[in-house]
Amino acid sequence: MKRFVAFVRKEFLHIFRDIRTLIIIFGIPVAQILIFGFVVRTDIKNAGVAIMDLSQDDVSRKLADKIISSGFFLNSGYLSSYNEIETEFRKGDTRAVIVFGENFGRNLIREGKAVMNIIADGSDPNAATLITNYTMAIVRDFNIEIAGSAFSGSGVIVPEVKMFYNPNLESHFMFVPGVITLILILICALMTSVTISREKEFGTMEVLLVSPLRPVQIILGKVTPYFLLSFINVILILLMSWIVFDLPVKGSLLLLLAETMLYILMSLSLGILISTISDTMQQAIFISFLGLMLPTIILSGFIFPLENMHQVYNLVSMIVPPRYFIIIIKNIMIKGTGLMFVWKETLAILLMTVLFISISIHKFRLRLE
Amino acid sequence: MTGNKVISVRNLVKKFGSFTANDNLTFDVYEGEIFGFLGANGAGKTTALRILSGLSAPTSGEVMVAGYDTTKEAEMIKRNIGYMCQKFSLYEDLTVRENIMLYGGIYGMSRQLIREQEQKLLYRLDFGAFRNRVISDLPLGLRQKLAFSVALLHQPKIIFLDEPTGGVDPITRRQFWEMIYETAAAGITIFVTTHYMDEAEYCDRVSIMNEGRIVAIDTPENLKKHYNAASVEEVFIRIARPLKETV
Repeated sequence: MKRFVAFVRKEFLHIFRDIRTLIIIFGIPVAQILIFGFVVRTDIKNAGVAIMDLSQDDVSRKLADKIISSGFFLNSGYLSSYNEIETEFRKGDTRAVIVFGENFGRNLIREGKAVMNIIADGSDPNAATLITNYTMAIVRDFNIEIAGSAFSGSGVIVPEVKMFYNPNLESHFMFVPGVITLILILICALMTSVTISREKEFGTMEVLLVSPLRPVQIILGKVTPYFLLSFINVILILLMSWIVFDLPVKGSLLLLLAETMLYILMSLSLGILISTISDTMQQAIFISFLGLMLPTIILSGFIFPLENMHQVYNLVSMIVPPRYFIIIIKNIMIKGTGLMFVWKETLAILLMTVLFISISIHKFRLRLE
Repeated sequence: MTGNKVISVRNLVKKFGSFTANDNLTFDVYEGEIFGFLGANGAGKTTALRILSGLSAPTSGEVMVAGYDTTKEAEMIKRNIGYMCQKFSLYEDLTVRENIMLYGGIYGMSRQLIREQEQKLLYRLDFGAFRNRVISDLPLGLRQKLAFSVALLHQPKIIFLDEPTGGVDPITRRQFWEMIYETAAAGITIFVTTHYMDEAEYCDRVSIMNEGRIVAIDTPENLKKHYNAASVEEVFIRIARPLKETV
């Protein structure tokens, strides 16, 4: 045990002495959370909004003016029929269309209620949410302003929100689960494979193998610091998403942390596996990036929804471990569901972990032959 | 040569598939001896060295190192041997002191003992000033000497040196061999592989390997006499080239 401690101490020294390693471990997650969180959120100013006024009465015109002149939006055009909405969104300048149906003003007075529609481009869920929230606030103001006036009588304008492209706003706040998934596989698999292949490349691995340290102690000693640091990292990311973006964990925190540990173990065993098939750091980096980063970004559902993907890609994504973890973490964090709903994905990650460890042990034995 | 055998190899065979890397090796190494292990690249030196240091298991044959059987008691052998390889074996991003702490630690030495050994080592090498410097700041010659001393930190019975002087200047090479002599005089057995034939002359005995077999084993003087050669280098060239080329 004392030997093991001396060895782990050395690993920590390696990490804390190398500024690049520290940046990868702590800088990237913080930067990613901030970029995905803030930059996307504050992009709302001057969002293009088109008006479709089929009623053309005093109330609809006045409300449209108020929305356009609120300072948040730019008028990006006027539409005259529902058929034009899709074309308008495709042009790219318009993020939302405000629709006043026929007889809007008359309904308001005669029936005491008039419905207007806010149709937002759901492909950018963050922006869509903000635009609809702002618009609804403006309509609320307008309701108060005109209450009891000749315009409305005792009527109230009711805004209804519809999402174009992405009706359930599926990927809303996806960035936190996505960043956790990406960061963990980056730190655990990439860093582990690099640090082990570094010992091989520099010849220090031979020295360690000749020492009384057992191979399993060497491997465990190599991964222990990364296990601890990634765990701290996850807690850091969760705290940030809670404090800065007001996104708490809805489900059981304990379950989330347990699942995270399992995922970290899977990533570490993947890192060990990569190190057994690469002799130099360069190889390890290459395999990690090509074999892990790209599939994680593209095929895990982090950025591109899997539902919309071609069947072949969808099949390929089945063997990408982050795919399962993203489902788990989304369920627990955002929907607040329990183990009942994610046991299949958990099992998949567990099986992968066992598989990677078995292959690594087999490869390691061959090497010692 | 009298004295205790510290390495005893009997009929060692190592095969990789159909390729025989070590073909029936039999030899002894005695306590306090400087034993030179020579051979061209691919002659099977590294394979034999890996077996002797417990890194790999022989296909057949009996190998005893420091009184322990390599196949059954590899753990005990590892505690009793030191090892320094041709690539640099210290961590460049750690300080002299941290490297010493690490090696002491993985060999299970107490803090007290590590501190004592560290002080002796720094004094002997006149290294006090470098104690808290990272290795990458040190010149290559100093590093090599330090690596040798660190490999001796746990007071092993035998030290394996795999081409220890590769890439260092002649003066450092000379100083390095002085350290080897001092170490051997203290009763520690030196098992060294080298490409430099002048270094072979410094050894008490040398063995020359060719195509997996030991083709000669004796003192440098006896070998030169036997082959009627002026230097070990001449002996080596005469017997260590592939058999096919011999007329």
